[in-house]
Amino acid sequence: MLHLGESIQEFLLREGMSRRDFMKFCTIMAGALALPKNAVSDIARALESPQRLPIVWLELQDCAGCSEAFLRSTSPTAAELVLDVLSVDYHETIMAASGFQAEKSKDDAIAAGGYILVVEGSISLADDGGYCTIAGKSSKAILEDAAANAVAIIAVGNCATFGGIPAANPNPTQAAGVWDIIKNKPIINLPGCPVNPVNLTATVVHYLTFNQLPDMDSFNRPLFGFGRRIHDNCERRGHFDAGEFVKEWGDEGHRAGWCLYQMGCKGPITFHNCPSVRYNEGTSWPIAAGHPCIGCSEPGFWNWEVYKPISLNTFTPPTTFPTVETPDREISPAGIAISGTAVGAIVGAAGAFAYTALTNRSNIQPEVATEEPEEPAEH
Amino acid sequence: MRAVEDALKIQVPSNARIIRNIIDAIQFVQDHVVHFYHLHALDWVDIVNALEADPEATSALAQSISDWPNSSASYFKGVQDRVKKFVASGQLGIFANAYWGHPAYKLPPEANLMAVAHYLEALDWQREVIKAHAILGAKNPHLQTYLVGGMSIPVDANSEVGINADKIAQLLQMFAKAKDFVNRVYLPDVLAIAPFYLEWADLGEGLGNFMSYGDIPLVDNADPNNPGDLFFPRGVILDRDLSKVHPLDPEKIHEYVTHSWYTYDDESKGLHPSVGETNANYTGPKPPYEYLDTDKKYSWLKAPRYDEKSMEVGPLARMLIGYASGQERVVELVDSVLNTLNVPATVLFSTLGRVAARCIESVLLAENLEKWTLELAANIAKGDTAIHEQAHWDPSTWEAETMGWGWTEAPRGALGHWIHIKDGKIANYQAIVPSTWNGSPRDAKGLMGAYEAALIGTPVADPAMPVEILRTVHSFDPCMACAVHVLDADGNEITKVIVMD
Repeated sequence: MLHLGESIQEFLLREGMSRRDFMKFCTIMAGALALPKNAVSDIARALESPQRLPIVWLELQDCAGCSEAFLRSTSPTAAELVLDVLSVDYHETIMAASGFQAEKSKDDAIAAGGYILVVEGSISLADDGGYCTIAGKSSKAILEDAAANAVAIIAVGNCATFGGIPAANPNPTQAAGVWDIIKNKPIINLPGCPVNPVNLTATVVHYLTFNQLPDMDSFNRPLFGFGRRIHDNCERRGHFDAGEFVKEWGDEGHRAGWCLYQMGCKGPITFHNCPSVRYNEGTSWPIAAGHPCIGCSEPGFWNWEVYKPISLNTFTPPTTFPTVETPDREISPAGIAISGTAVGAIVGAAGAFAYTALTNRSNIQPEVATEEPEEPAEH
Repeated sequence: MRAVEDALKIQVPSNARIIRNIIDAIQFVQDHVVHFYHLHALDWVDIVNALEADPEATSALAQSISDWPNSSASYFKGVQDRVKKFVASGQLGIFANAYWGHPAYKLPPEANLMAVAHYLEALDWQREVIKAHAILGAKNPHLQTYLVGGMSIPVDANSEVGINADKIAQLLQMFAKAKDFVNRVYLPDVLAIAPFYLEWADLGEGLGNFMSYGDIPLVDNADPNNPGDLFFPRGVILDRDLSKVHPLDPEKIHEYVTHSWYTYDDESKGLHPSVGETNANYTGPKPPYEYLDTDKKYSWLKAPRYDEKSMEVGPLARMLIGYASGQERVVELVDSVLNTLNVPATVLFSTLGRVAARCIESVLLAENLEKWTLELAANIAKGDTAIHEQAHWDPSTWEAETMGWGWTEAPRGALGHWIHIKDGKIANYQAIVPSTWNGSPRDAKGLMGAYEAALIGTPVADPAMPVEILRTVHSFDPCMACAVHVLDADGNEITKVIVMD
């Protein structure tokens, strides 16, 4: 539920949540932000303010995917609570006003200042900006106007950060990211395709709590969300180390959740917290759904070959791993006399799984690169 | 993806076909609800006026149209109090500077309050039901399990990571929730609001030509021209004639660039997308500018035509083609809506017709989600774990040169991709997206597209606040920002509406 004009604390009381639940939410947020436990009370204090943080949200060369992601903010009830502390003063897709009236909302917000500028989509520089205009203004002019009085800028999605899909070769519109244009404002980059709303929420909470932006890497990505490689954190890492690789879509290894490295996974060169926060309230993420990571939080990912395995530039045989043999299992021959509803029948189909296939290991034992990923081996 | 599959003559396994159908169907349902409540409703619903509603009367109204449980007076009082407090805060956020109080808003305060409550409920609902996409597609938006030849989500009753009984159960739960909301909130709301806006059944009519590529293949190896193979039938309706559904001939599709910022050698002719060209050449004014000269080139959209005619695509096109094809359930639902509103079928050609068609389509799909999920379960139960056609995965297996057409129905309408593959690489790729049909600029003969045609004759009560224009353009669910300039009889600009969606 969108919560109008009340503080987080008030909302919680109305919803019958206790102070304890509220502190739990703050603890989750502190966790998402990788903050020490004593930050929890700071977060709680910041979120209790009845004054909502103004947001101006620009959509430039975009597909509205990050806006859609914003609407999916749900993690526990947590992100929806954080929506309540924002005053989204301009957002083309979801605002009620149009035309001059919409432009007025933006002008008013810019004049008042004190807002966070969120940018979705890339900026097109070719042909004086004629590829992307709103109300006759180029995307670059729109961005520069809105950036002027912003406290800070959050670039969401790979387009606003690094140019994204529009910047793919041969980049006909000369698409660029926010930080290529704006040089005099704090900019935080939250790439991804789309942005994971959990990371947007966590960034806003961090700002409200500490009145500053989180620590960032050399691509201006916050360390809390982009500090670790997908590969370091992947639920399938054990299979990589054991040399258990998916070879074909739907093969036994694919159905058993083995490593997708040979199917082209970019997890070893991609910094993002997908494995821990996942998507849609933790429901899933690409690797969990059997698809390799495509590296959507990295600059230049759009020119990588999705299904081509990356070269790994060091090779350290994992001599320390004990061998894990698949135990012989007795599979009970179920499914003989079961009929009825289809769902019931699924349970009955148990006997078909070929466990013997699990011993069909690959001989390839790649080891992950340890260098920074600025220059992925394969583009 | 389907374009490549067509070029390589790939038939995806049953599991992949069914999973794609389920993903499509819940996408439509979620998208239509979000469009209605969050992108379109505020053209009809005055939020500020909801403050004057009597919660008791709102409760009586809500209970008279549906047995949806969130209908007590105290519930609506709570919503109203929140709106009051929000307005009092002075931070109006996304609701600032809209046309509140405009005379074109006709709903009584109670209906406004009910709609505001459902606007808020729908925000919650859409986040929940679209988790089905995460289960089948890794995440939403931007699913990541589509492959040329199938899907990457494993299907295996005995797999922890694949589609198993637990995931089927989760899907069924979400789909029950989806259907419940559509039947008990969305449809009753549309039926309750429409009577206040029946003049919009005579406005926004537009072209009268409708086209659907058809979609949701119900059998493997579906023949798109065989009625019954596709849930949404393929066809064309011309000149409002519901007595005949013409077969669709994809060779009759051409795109013009007469008024688009692209160049052809001969711009008096259209090109078939299989040999289409996209040579960008911006000749518009240098930004910032006030106007575009519509006698010249003025759009990044090309002008697609079917048999040299402009076409409307989208939910109204699909429902009309289903209706005119005599699809039993479509006829039943459409007639039931018409009877409830006591209006003839001719009102379907209108702004209100588009709103109603989108809702009817949601009902239709929501009631099939369970069936298709059980179809998947039944297939899994047979022990079928195939999810991908492996034979063509390696490009070295492809013929040296081939072409394909990928067709689908997106929530906004007919979507086509054309590919030309040469030596394992893309030699040409062209896409015609639904909003290109509906938002098309003029072609070489000066024929207008659907938005433009639909705006003809729209009365505007206050030229500085033309909410009426938003109603018609939003009824198409445009996928982009477009500008409508309101001029007086002497050509002086009164206002400019930028419709964003």
